[in-house]
Amino acid sequence: MSAHSHVEGQLPHEPEKATLEGRNKILGFWLFLGGETVLFGTLFAVFLALRDQVLGGPTANELFQLPLVAAATAILLTSSLTSVFAIHALHTHRVKALINWLIITVVLGLGFLGLEIYEFYHYVHEGHGFTTSAFSSSFYTLVGFHGAHVALGIVWISLIIGQLMKNGLNTTTAPKVYVAGMYWHFIDVVWVFIFTVVYLMGKVG
Amino acid sequence: MKRWQYVKRLAPLMAMMVLVLAACGREDLSTLNPQGPVAEEQFGLMKLAIILMSIVIVVVFAISLFVIIRYRRRKGDKTIPKQVEGNHKLEIIWTVIPIIMLIILGVPTVQSVFNLAKDYSKDPEAVQVIVTSHQYWWEFEYPEYGIKTSQELIIPKGKTISIEAKSADVLHSFWVPSLAGKIDTNPNSNVNTMYFSAPKEGVYLGKCAELCGDSHGLMDFKVKSVDQSSFDRWVAAIQEPVALPSDPAIAAAFESKCLTCHAVGDLGGPAFPNLTGIGSRQSVGGILINTDDPQYSNEGSTYDNLYRWIKDPEKVKPGNQMTGAYNLTEQELKGIAEYLADLKLNYEQ
Amino acid sequence: MKEVPTLAHAHTHTVKRYSGIMDWLTTVDHKKIGILYLITGGFFFLVGGLEALLIRIQLWKPLNEFVSAGTFNELLTMHGTTMIFLAAMPMIFALMNAVIPLQIGARDVAFPFLNALGFWTFLFGGVLLNVSWFAGGAPDAGWTSYAPLAGTTYNGDHGVDYYVIGLQIAGIGTLIGGINFLVTIINMRAPGMTFMRMPMFTWASFTTSALILFAFPALTVGLVALMFDRLFDANFFDPSGGGNAVLWEHIFWIFGHPEVYILILPAFGIISEVVSTFSRKRLFGYSSMVFATILIGFLGFMVWAHHMFTTGLGPVANALFSIATMLIAIPTGIKIFNWLFTMWGGSIKFTSANLFAIGFIPTFVMGGVTGVMLAAAPADFQYHDSYFVVAHFHYVIVGGLILGIFSGLHYWWPKMFGRVLNETLGKLTFWTFFIGFHMTFFIQHFLGLLGMPRRIWTYLDGLGFNEMNMISTVGAFLMGLGTIFFLLNVTVTAFKPKNAAADPWEDGRTLEWTIPSPPPEYNFIQTPLVRGYDAYWKEKMDGHTEMTPAEPIGPIHMPSGSILPFLMSLGLFIAGFGFMYAPDWGNLGSLNTGYIIGAIGLLITFGCMITRSVKPDHGFHIEVEELLHDKGGKA
Repeated sequence: MSAHSHVEGQLPHEPEKATLEGRNKILGFWLFLGGETVLFGTLFAVFLALRDQVLGGPTANELFQLPLVAAATAILLTSSLTSVFAIHALHTHRVKALINWLIITVVLGLGFLGLEIYEFYHYVHEGHGFTTSAFSSSFYTLVGFHGAHVALGIVWISLIIGQLMKNGLNTTTAPKVYVAGMYWHFIDVVWVFIFTVVYLMGKVG
Repeated sequence: MKRWQYVKRLAPLMAMMVLVLAACGREDLSTLNPQGPVAEEQFGLMKLAIILMSIVIVVVFAISLFVIIRYRRRKGDKTIPKQVEGNHKLEIIWTVIPIIMLIILGVPTVQSVFNLAKDYSKDPEAVQVIVTSHQYWWEFEYPEYGIKTSQELIIPKGKTISIEAKSADVLHSFWVPSLAGKIDTNPNSNVNTMYFSAPKEGVYLGKCAELCGDSHGLMDFKVKSVDQSSFDRWVAAIQEPVALPSDPAIAAAFESKCLTCHAVGDLGGPAFPNLTGIGSRQSVGGILINTDDPQYSNEGSTYDNLYRWIKDPEKVKPGNQMTGAYNLTEQELKGIAEYLADLKLNYEQ
Repeated sequence: MKEVPTLAHAHTHTVKRYSGIMDWLTTVDHKKIGILYLITGGFFFLVGGLEALLIRIQLWKPLNEFVSAGTFNELLTMHGTTMIFLAAMPMIFALMNAVIPLQIGARDVAFPFLNALGFWTFLFGGVLLNVSWFAGGAPDAGWTSYAPLAGTTYNGDHGVDYYVIGLQIAGIGTLIGGINFLVTIINMRAPGMTFMRMPMFTWASFTTSALILFAFPALTVGLVALMFDRLFDANFFDPSGGGNAVLWEHIFWIFGHPEVYILILPAFGIISEVVSTFSRKRLFGYSSMVFATILIGFLGFMVWAHHMFTTGLGPVANALFSIATMLIAIPTGIKIFNWLFTMWGGSIKFTSANLFAIGFIPTFVMGGVTGVMLAAAPADFQYHDSYFVVAHFHYVIVGGLILGIFSGLHYWWPKMFGRVLNETLGKLTFWTFFIGFHMTFFIQHFLGLLGMPRRIWTYLDGLGFNEMNMISTVGAFLMGLGTIFFLLNVTVTAFKPKNAAADPWEDGRTLEWTIPSPPPEYNFIQTPLVRGYDAYWKEKMDGHTEMTPAEPIGPIHMPSGSILPFLMSLGLFIAGFGFMYAPDWGNLGSLNTGYIIGAIGLLITFGCMITRSVKPDHGFHIEVEELLHDKGGKA
């Protein structure tokens, strides 16, 4: 196996790619995201196939409140921006800035989740539960899976913040940060599609 | 050893050609013995494909045989053969020739796909039939005549039968191999259409061709092609009112325990197989064949089959919905079986 | 197995090295993981084989009642599911694990920990699935599990739950394995090994891994949706809730078709290796072969609806999918001819491995041509769901993949176990299995054409099916006998001394034959320098007996073993049971017992994930003294 890179002194320019392990992790994660793309793609296909089967329950047009969803979108997109700043801090070797930007990202992520949980709670009261119809099952599964990914990402980044605080920035922690950043961008892109296909198209009909 | 391999290679090929060319199989069941234009068209495509693919088999087998005989290593031979990287010309040949073969197969395939997708649902010459599959029986409705029957699809010979196929529960598949390829029956909105015709009179065997539960393999049905006048008589006969059993006790039992689910004439419920004319059908429950000369364990007289079926339907077709739905005394059972065995329709000359 | 070296130490911490059972439970070594996959996959192959024999006994005569109709449906479902997911794929992974790192000159795969995790999730998923036999009923809706039959309305017991959850857990392992091999092959090839110098088995595994990556997530979604329908009352496929049964078919086959190419491509790779080695000739048309492999993989995603020709998709869809399906015959034909021309002009030795490979070629072609026949949609209206299809897919999977695996096992057995399998028993295995195979399945083409549907518990007398079914059953028993001969061979060989040469076939062309059989823990003392395709053969032809090293001798860093993959998989296993039986196990206080157990299981898994994340694995080093010691012994 490759040797550890205990780089004494200067961190390399792109510390996440300085070791074979780091490069493997990044490539592996790109590939994983490819698989996740197929996963969400299939969920989207299922949603599109079933979105008209409301079975007497409320339709997408009746249910969705765009202002709330727009707010959630703004929050999530901003969190993606803050994660970009975090990676920039990673590349300029500024650990404190990196940690701070990650914390902000997590907080924004929590905000997004909070809005989404409120949104779902509201829908259930409108008669749009998980078991209501084919439309509702596919809606909650698609949007809920995304939400679960956000929740997982929040836990993950929090753990990384902890590790950065304990071990600092080195060629072992750097790939973890980079990969988490990739993940966060990915769920942001998925959200853009959800916003468009589920909410906007749902309103337009 | 090598000659054995030779035989082993060629034997399957020979067997295949012989059997295919023998146009084998039952007239009422085999895809290789088509009895209607749709099955014939499909069989034609099958033959074309077999011929093309036989060429492939012969070429591959011939080269294989040659190579393993000619280039086998002699004992103690330590020479290194010439290492050949490839041959561009050969690559082109064995790419282009298969492409040509696929075009030869592909064009008639596409033509046939569209030909067999023709919609006869608005054709005044065609007979419209709605096929609904259930666990484990087949319902046939003739909307033009207001008729519902089950298990036996009676059709006028030579006329196009335009089928609308759907399922009342799980997926099934409507297959009459000697007349046409199959069409799946789906629940809800995925309704399918197909057509076929049977120029010759006869009874053709139908099979369910999609796993649908325990009795999937027992969900047989029949297509009976009769001349036009017989068909017209059948249409008239099946719409006649049907009398209940003459014995009031049997009639009461029949009405309260059978007609809640089944129908005869204009009495009874629509959800389960219509029993009008059941005494004239080829089978009971689709699987017990009515015959005066029973040879196999699923054959018997109409009365015996009815008795057997009603007494213990679970034993005949596990998982069916008659199981446990009623309680009959032995006398009621015998009476009803006798009554149903006598429910015949006179339509054949 | 190799003794734990006392010279091994890491930086300034103690290294836990396990031995015995714990060694196997904690290993992250690709070679050991390969053996674990082989044993488990082999075991499930026997289970699936037993299920097949029971099916054939039920069908040997008409109106038989050897098993009940319900049991028959369970048997056919479990036979297909077990063979594909728990036998074939694991045995493929066994060979990929055993061989790929060696073929590319690497010391392990990119993610050894994940590699172990992949194995244990497969094992627990497979065990969970088979627990169903003892827990009130195995799944019985076919390996394709079509809705609505697979939903709770028509399938109220837990059988299909086992299917959904067992496959979900096992599928995680497969996906992990796919990513692992992709990264390994992309990032960890020895210096000088460009993509176009990789062995064909590596190329085939690479393409297979890409197929796994893009096909399994679709299955994941399908299984999740079906699970939600069954366990949580969702409405994906339930018509009464607005769901769509045909949607399941699409999702399943978008996974299912690439899956069968996942099954066959590694076999193609094996055939290329074996035929080339035992003809003493380089593979004919290597770049065409690479191109054809990739094209097959790509086209494999374009043809899924040929499983749905009778579903009612309409003529346009049927026509398009017919043509797309036929097209796959082109690259497949290219491969067949390139194999034949590899042998042309060569010096062919009929070892057991080569017998299987040579037997593969005409057999697979037979399966392939029936595939082209099936591709013509109007003809498929007759063939579909009849024994013609059963014959076709057994020809390509058993006559293709299984013969390929037997070939690969005989070929690489010395490398994996340090012993060469007995040649006489090998030949006996081949002939019994091969003859038995053709006897079982050739006749089934005709059964289908004569009107026998598939998945039927019994058939009527007098239809002309009797004799053919009987022959098919006899053939199946012959295949069983062939399998027994193989097991006998394995047993007998295990008692031989472990003294196979590094290059036991003497004509090895690729890097795995340059290191001892079996290799040391670290594979290569020094990463080799690759100077061309068939790297070892090239050195041999230039008069060298060894590879030129690409680096000086230095301490080799190895990853530590870990019990976490085992525990994580155990957690998923426990969670699966909890969620499945939630409706049945009542309440503990105010909480549902099943959900509590489910939560505990998930907590175990996530707890292990977090542990892994925060606890660093420093691994250990193999020091230069030991390497020099091994090197001396090797000469």
